[in-house]
Amino acid sequence: MRLEFTEEEQAFREVMRAFLREKLPAAIREKVLNGFELSRADHVLWQRTLHERGWGGVSWPKEFGGPGWNSVQQYIFEEETALAGAPRLIPFGTKMVAPVLMAFGNAAQQQRFLPPISAGSEWWCQGYSEPGAGSDLASLKTRATLDGDHYVVNGQKTWNTLGQYADWIFCLVRTDIQAKQQSGISFLLIDMHSPGITVRPIALLDGGHEVNEIWFEDVRVPLQNRVGDENKGWTYAKFLLGHERTNIAGIGGAKRELARLKSIAARERKDGRPLIEDPLFAAHIAQVEIDLWALEITNLRVLSGERGARAPGPEASILKIRGTEIAQRISELCMRAVGPYALPFRREAMEAGWQSDPTREAPGPKYAATLAAAYMNQRKLSIFGGTNEIQKNIISKMIVGL
Amino acid sequence: MNFEFSDEQQQLHETVNRYLTDQYTFEKFRAINASPLGWDKVAWAGLGELGVLALTVPVAQGGLGFGPLETLSVMGACGRSLVLEPFLSSAVIATAVLRAFPDAAAAALLTRMATGDAIAVLAHYEPDSRFETQWVTTRAQKAGDNYQLDGHKAVVMHAGAADTVLVSARTSGEPNDAQGVSLFMVPRDSKGLNLDPYPTIDGQRAAEVYLKGVQVPASSRLGKEGAALPSIDAGLDIGLAALCAEAVGVMQALVDATVAYVQSRQQFGTAIGRFQALQHRIADMLIHLEQARSMSYLAALRCTAENVTERRRALSAAKAVIGQSCRFVGQQAVQLHGGMGMTDELIVSHWFKRVTAAELMFGDSDTHLQRYAALTRS
Repeated sequence: MRLEFTEEEQAFREVMRAFLREKLPAAIREKVLNGFELSRADHVLWQRTLHERGWGGVSWPKEFGGPGWNSVQQYIFEEETALAGAPRLIPFGTKMVAPVLMAFGNAAQQQRFLPPISAGSEWWCQGYSEPGAGSDLASLKTRATLDGDHYVVNGQKTWNTLGQYADWIFCLVRTDIQAKQQSGISFLLIDMHSPGITVRPIALLDGGHEVNEIWFEDVRVPLQNRVGDENKGWTYAKFLLGHERTNIAGIGGAKRELARLKSIAARERKDGRPLIEDPLFAAHIAQVEIDLWALEITNLRVLSGERGARAPGPEASILKIRGTEIAQRISELCMRAVGPYALPFRREAMEAGWQSDPTREAPGPKYAATLAAAYMNQRKLSIFGGTNEIQKNIISKMIVGL
Repeated sequence: MNFEFSDEQQQLHETVNRYLTDQYTFEKFRAINASPLGWDKVAWAGLGELGVLALTVPVAQGGLGFGPLETLSVMGACGRSLVLEPFLSSAVIATAVLRAFPDAAAAALLTRMATGDAIAVLAHYEPDSRFETQWVTTRAQKAGDNYQLDGHKAVVMHAGAADTVLVSARTSGEPNDAQGVSLFMVPRDSKGLNLDPYPTIDGQRAAEVYLKGVQVPASSRLGKEGAALPSIDAGLDIGLAALCAEAVGVMQALVDATVAYVQSRQQFGTAIGRFQALQHRIADMLIHLEQARSMSYLAALRCTAENVTERRRALSAAKAVIGQSCRFVGQQAVQLHGGMGMTDELIVSHWFKRVTAAELMFGDSDTHLQRYAALTRS
């Protein structure tokens, strides 16, 4: 047993670092490290940069134009990009619909859809949750009825992330209303520019716009945009959820935010001394750092069991629960570190440039301006992608066997 | 031992609660929150007509002469309705501070505050004071019959709504000295007093208050020169107890809303409230709420205690418990509402923001935990 990565893996890490030093745009890095909002253009630019290096589909095998990395290499990539301040990859294209297309799509679909995902020229979003189907996803009601060589789709999706930017949406729709819940679902690829689609933003508690409701009213979808067999969509959806979890612990991002927490706590003062020297606050930081260390080793154990580039099994739920709890705790400590200056709320402070603009007056230190909003926003982590309660059900059923 | 509210206190709570439930709806809150002013003069006048603005003003100044328990009875309702008007800042804290001084000017201001005609706020904390009340660097220099005030006061709640700002400033000593702090009544429109106003995370309004060469007559100083800190502390402690009561009102609302939600939300063919994991979570929320309620009573009963150590020990214990409860109940209410709990459209997210702010105000739970430890060490 040993903790160290192999020499090849270390060398791989150095390649990542060199690439990031050279290619990660400073403006994007600045935004990520300070918790500012990224624009669509930022994400697209970063995806294109990766694509030009041959890494547009980081988790893809070589046959589909990916780098063919195993799961340890993917982990190193995720960790190094996060630490360097690169945007977290928008998963809907590269990590979600792409693996489904590779496993269950036909050659025409693969050729049509995969290259633009890698190149960042088409943005994908997800049509899963509905107002009445959240944790109980299989109770979804959006209908697709056959009409010649088209499906006609009617219904409503919700909690759709960044659909306002999207060119395409992959959707779970009900194609058989007689069948038992899981059996009557199909997996459709729908052009977001189709007539009959309405995207309505959902205002969140931090004032941001990252999720939407999407209405489908007689939206015509060509039959060739169904992936795999009719009524087998649930199988594909489950396969996809496995892939969503490859970076679910978010170790790199947590390490980056922990470093930010320490830098804030070093600048804040309490009783005339740096806050980081306050015994209680220092203990809070130490606790979350130790928790993160334990999770990192757990994550590496999972990876090392699967050096074959396969999606992890139900143990991913452990990573999701602990990873989100740690990320939420760090954001909470960041907010509390700045004391009363966590209270002022200025929406514009979330935009890049605000903090470096000398003409902008900030109440308190400028780094304090985004922290409470970030704390509130991070509450989503334990809700989306399967609530932490659902993850616990998975652990007790699938791992423990209760 | 008796934890019953008097008939009068009960009636007060019911009157205010009924008024706010009818008049201060969530829609009203949203409209006021979205307005440039951020609070509503009509709603303020309404509170004045109810008499609650006179609640703790002495009878001699036209007030009702009530104390912390009556304040508690009102604050819970203010919390549930997310009142944006400067009730806590003016009718509780500034009133308590002014009451502590024998000056005629303070009495005259209280008379106008009792009717709601005047609004005053305390501008005390500074950028580097964090939550330590004796850290004052704002200077007051005597020049003839005037004082000149220079300094910066941080996150002053409702400063924009005030006609009078009660500014603490050092007439002698070093930043962290307990002695040498004086308090001045400063008209909001004084030359050299500038506000940088902003909303806070929970939709309340606050401001940075900058004082640059502000001239006030010596008569605007309250009490003896350099001896104001005990009165400021007394006022802030009364405010802390009131904030605790408000937070309990908000937490009660969060628990009620969460219970209603899990009973109505259907997943897997049943109300999610049937799942034991969620039932236990709600039981934990309720335990936190009841522990917090107990400590809000302790805070109200002890916040005016003569023995300062006893008073602060009780208040720090209360805020430590209530701050932790705010965090747990707030976070779990959002969690059990799922994505809906994060939407601006539901009042739950606004209550969550209010308890988040309450945890941070007047010292977070860590601060009070440490203060309690220091007070009980010997």
